[in-house]
Amino acid sequence: MHLAYPAVLSALLFCTGLYGVLARRNAILVLMSVELMLNAVNLNLVAFDVWLSRTARETLHSGQALTLFTIAIAAAEIGIGLAIVLAVYRNRGTSDIDKLRDTAEGPDAEGPDGDHPAAEKAEATA
Amino acid sequence: MTTTTLAVLVPLLPFLGAAAGLLLGRTAPGFVRPLAVLPPLASLVLAVLVAARQGGGTAVDAHTELTPTGSVPIELALHIDGFAALVAVLVACVAACVQIYSTGYLRDDPRYPSYAALVSLFTSAMLLVVYSGDLIVLLVGWEVMGICSYFLVGHYWETPEARAASLKAFLVTKLGDVPFLIGLFALAGDAGSFRLTRILGAVTSGGIDHPTPVALLLLAGVAGKSAQFPLHTWLPDAMAGPTPVSALIHAATMVAAGVYFIARLLPLFEASRAAMVVLAVMAAVTMAGSALAALAQDDIKRVLAYSTVGQLGYMTGALAVGDRGAAVFHLLTHGAFKALLFLAAGVVIHAAGTNSLAAMSRMRGLRDRVPDAYWTMTVALLALAAIPPFSGFFSKESVLGAAEHVTQGHTGHAPGAAGWIVLVAGLLTALLTAAYAARLWLLAFRGRGTEAPDHGRQPLTMTVVLWVLAIPSLALGGLAYRLLPDWFDGRDLTPTLLTSILGTGLALVGGLLTYGAWQRGTALAARPPLGAVAAHPEADAGLVEAEAIATHRPAYGDIAYAPDPADPGRLLLGPLHRPAAAGFHLDAVYEALFVRPVRAGASLVRFLDREVVDTYVRGAAALPRLLGAAVRRAQTGNVQTYVSALLAGTVVLAVAVLLVATGA
Repeated sequence: MHLAYPAVLSALLFCTGLYGVLARRNAILVLMSVELMLNAVNLNLVAFDVWLSRTARETLHSGQALTLFTIAIAAAEIGIGLAIVLAVYRNRGTSDIDKLRDTAEGPDAEGPDGDHPAAEKAEATA
Repeated sequence: MTTTTLAVLVPLLPFLGAAAGLLLGRTAPGFVRPLAVLPPLASLVLAVLVAARQGGGTAVDAHTELTPTGSVPIELALHIDGFAALVAVLVACVAACVQIYSTGYLRDDPRYPSYAALVSLFTSAMLLVVYSGDLIVLLVGWEVMGICSYFLVGHYWETPEARAASLKAFLVTKLGDVPFLIGLFALAGDAGSFRLTRILGAVTSGGIDHPTPVALLLLAGVAGKSAQFPLHTWLPDAMAGPTPVSALIHAATMVAAGVYFIARLLPLFEASRAAMVVLAVMAAVTMAGSALAALAQDDIKRVLAYSTVGQLGYMTGALAVGDRGAAVFHLLTHGAFKALLFLAAGVVIHAAGTNSLAAMSRMRGLRDRVPDAYWTMTVALLALAAIPPFSGFFSKESVLGAAEHVTQGHTGHAPGAAGWIVLVAGLLTALLTAAYAARLWLLAFRGRGTEAPDHGRQPLTMTVVLWVLAIPSLALGGLAYRLLPDWFDGRDLTPTLLTSILGTGLALVGGLLTYGAWQRGTALAARPPLGAVAAHPEADAGLVEAEAIATHRPAYGDIAYAPDPADPGRLLLGPLHRPAAAGFHLDAVYEALFVRPVRAGASLVRFLDREVVDTYVRGAAALPRLLGAAVRRAQTGNVQTYVSALLAGTVVLAVAVLLVATGA
């Protein structure tokens, strides 16, 4: 099989995953999209390993070995990710990423006014 | 045990007592009093043993080097001659008395453990100074005394007077100690050693290249420590400390350290005639000025403080005419009777509930309330006024006799001018001393007016000590010059006829003048009693005193002055009274010369720091702050926006790398 087929397929898979990560609102679907991207990479790894080992006399198949690692780590990652999503959902009643904006810059933290008394205090204690 | 071992134990025991007292003060309060009293007593016994073994003969010398310390070696050395042995006995005796007295005086004080430990540490440092034969080891004791004095003067740190006084004592003595240190280095650089014996050997063989600057530098440190003009201003203010501290530090020991130091290094000072004349002028100004100031003080302890300054002036005067026997003799008798005066004054202050002589002069029968203090203080005041046969007479006459001897010009070791200066100032001061002693006695014990309040008997520990100290005040002078001539350089300390008659006559005149002025003033004393009375006269003595000192300024508007028309000192001094009460405004001069420029400099630096440097710092921070504000707007909280930005950035970078790689 020509290398172009799996390469194109993995590129398509990656783009689908990327679109999902960037555009989906549901956190679970975002996680699934991440999984798609990971698998695109796995596909690439396997395809190129096969392509490279065709000419070599002896090979360790390191690409395939790495794939196995990635699959194992991805399983762990998705487990933790889903657990976090579940916890967030229980806590907030939603898993909509657009509504989870706790890290946003608040309106009241407009810098210089707030730090004046603290500076005075530091000077006094110094 | 050898004499050396005994001598090492003398300063070591109070030091161990101090360390144990500091460690056990909180955990085992029962041990604090024994730990405070026993080490000084043991030291006293050992010091007497050392003195008996030394016997006024050749000096005991011992030295050991702990570790090599570069070019000029620093050694642990002892040098015990007759002076050192006697002064150590005096120090240990006064320290033991003060520790016993303090157990009664500070009976209920919550900070008694640390107080007792500091007094022990102080005693140990003073004994180290007395015995040390190495100038750097001596300096260690010298500085430890300085810091102990700071802590003890500030014992009542709740009152602003005590805080200010402790800082002032520390700063003024340190002002003298800096030149002192430089002088020590210069001296050791010339002599090649810090050992006392080697330095004295170098002086006699002419090995010191510049004796005058070295002597003057050392003199600055001595003036600070021994409260000589112009660095004496800390001593009257240091009366804000508890009375036993005044007795120990500011009468008998620490202030004596400077005089004792010159006495040890007198050949060095004699090598420079200029230094001797400066010493004489310093002594003369100190004794005359302080006697005038003592006549105008209202606080009983400040009278005694100025009197201490004056008597130390006598000692430096004796040194200025090259007679260290007379100086140390006066140091010994003065140490005894001045410690007694302070301790008795503590009892009087407790009984009267006030430290103001103006208030005491309006109390009838104060002497019946404290008969022990009355009789012992009478003895000590007679000794202070140098009336024969009390101890002060003999020592003061030996000083005046030495000065008179020098004025005749028979001596090579001291200039005749120094003799005249010391003699004239000494005779004038004898008159004034008797006057202020009489004033203190009349105002405190011959008061008229309402009955003195009765607070019950004074603690036994406080009164017994007074009688113990009364013995040397009465007899030390007469005995010492007959029995111990070898101890004082072998010089004759017998009073000469001329100065004895002059000195005693002037003292009698001073006393009688004061009596006359007091008789004239009693008509004015019928006015109601003045303020400055402690709020809790039933409390323990230390608290009464602290309260009395704190109320003096609110009652009279000044810490040293009282508007009392019946005061004999006011009649005698006339227009001089007001400046004398303020110590001739020397504090105001220092305020204008040093304190205000330093404060102005400090506010200038503060202005530069706050307004100039900080402006640059704030300006430098403005650009990063603006950039930060711009970047902060990107923080929307939406993760997908972040990832999109990340992707866009990656793509841009990848394209850029590609373009560069392909060379387009």
